[in-house]
Amino acid sequence: MSVDKNMNVLIVDDYKTMLRIIGNLLKQLGFNNVDEATDGSMALEKFKNKDYGLVISDWNMEPMSGLDLLKHVRQLPSNANVPFVMVTAESKTENVIAAKQAGVSNYIVKPFNAETLKTKLVSVLGEF
Amino acid sequence: MDIPKKEIGRDKVINLINSVIEKVGAAGEISREHIYAELKDLHDIIEATRADINATHAMDISGTHIPIATDELDAVVAATEAATGTIMDSCDAVTEYAENLDSAHKDFLVSEVTKILEACSFQDITGQRITKVVKSLKAIDEKVTLLMGVLKDKLPTSAEPETVEDTRTGDARLLNGPQMPDKAISQADIDKLLEDLF
Repeated sequence: MSVDKNMNVLIVDDYKTMLRIIGNLLKQLGFNNVDEATDGSMALEKFKNKDYGLVISDWNMEPMSGLDLLKHVRQLPSNANVPFVMVTAESKTENVIAAKQAGVSNYIVKPFNAETLKTKLVSVLGEF
Repeated sequence: MDIPKKEIGRDKVINLINSVIEKVGAAGEISREHIYAELKDLHDIIEATRADINATHAMDISGTHIPIATDELDAVVAATEAATGTIMDSCDAVTEYAENLDSAHKDFLVSEVTKILEACSFQDITGQRITKVVKSLKAIDEKVTLLMGVLKDKLPTSAEPETVEDTRTGDARLLNGPQMPDKAISQADIDKLLEDLF
C-alpha cells in the first residue's frame, strides 16, 4: 500500500530551529500537511481537532514531555495506533527502552541527517 | 596564636574538644590554665574559619558571578537561534529559486540545502547543553545562598564587597569581548559618535 503523502503530520519540538528543519525535510520528502506544536500538551490539543497519520516528537519538553505525549496518544480512542517517531538527544539505553515500552514506532537520535529521517519514516510508514 | 591553615580542619577541632572534655573530667589534676589555653585554641580556629569563609566573598557567587554567567549563556542561545533562523531563511529562498531551474541544477541545490539544514540542528543540541549548564549554575546558586543564609549572622561584617581589580594596561584594557545586547551600543550610535568626534 502506498503512503498517502497528503496525510496530516504533526511535529513536536520546543526548539523552533528543529521544527523548521524537520518541517523542511518533510517537505522535501513530499509531505505538505505538516502541523507544529512546541510541547506535548499543545500537541494533544491538536489531536482534538484533527487526526494525524504521523507524529514526530522531541522528548525533552515542558510542561509535557514527548514520552508523556506518547503515552497519552496511545490512549486516544481515534488515534491510538498513529505511527510515533521520537527524535531526541536522549540517547541512553533506558530511554529507548522506556519509549519502546510506551509504544514508540521508531527512535532517532539527534543530530540526525535527512537520510536517517527518511529511512526511519519508511520503516514505520512503508516505501514512498 | 596563629593557626596554620592546614591544621584548621574538622579533625583538629574534634581533637581539641575531646582534649578539653578529658581535662574537664580530670579537673582536679589539670590546671585551669591548661583548659583555658585549649579553649583559646578552639576559639582561634573558629574565628579563622569564619574569616576564611568571609574572605571567599561567597555572596558574590550568587549576587554577581552566576547571574553574569547565566546571562552570557542565555545570550549565546539567543544569538545562535537568531543566526540559525537567518541561515534557514536563506535555505528556503534558495529552495524556492531552485524550483525554476532544470532538474540537475535543482537537485544539486536541494541536496546542498539539505546538508545546511542538517548542520543547523547544532543549535538545538548546543541549546540543550547550555540549558543544562544554566540549570547546574542555578542549583549552585541556590545552595550557596542557602549556606550563606545560615552563616549570615555568624560571619564578621567587616569584609568589603569583592572588587576585581583590572590590572591590564594600555590597549589590553579595551579587550572585553562581546557586550550583552542591552549594554552594547548600536552601529547607529557608533556612527554618530564618529561623526561627533571627527
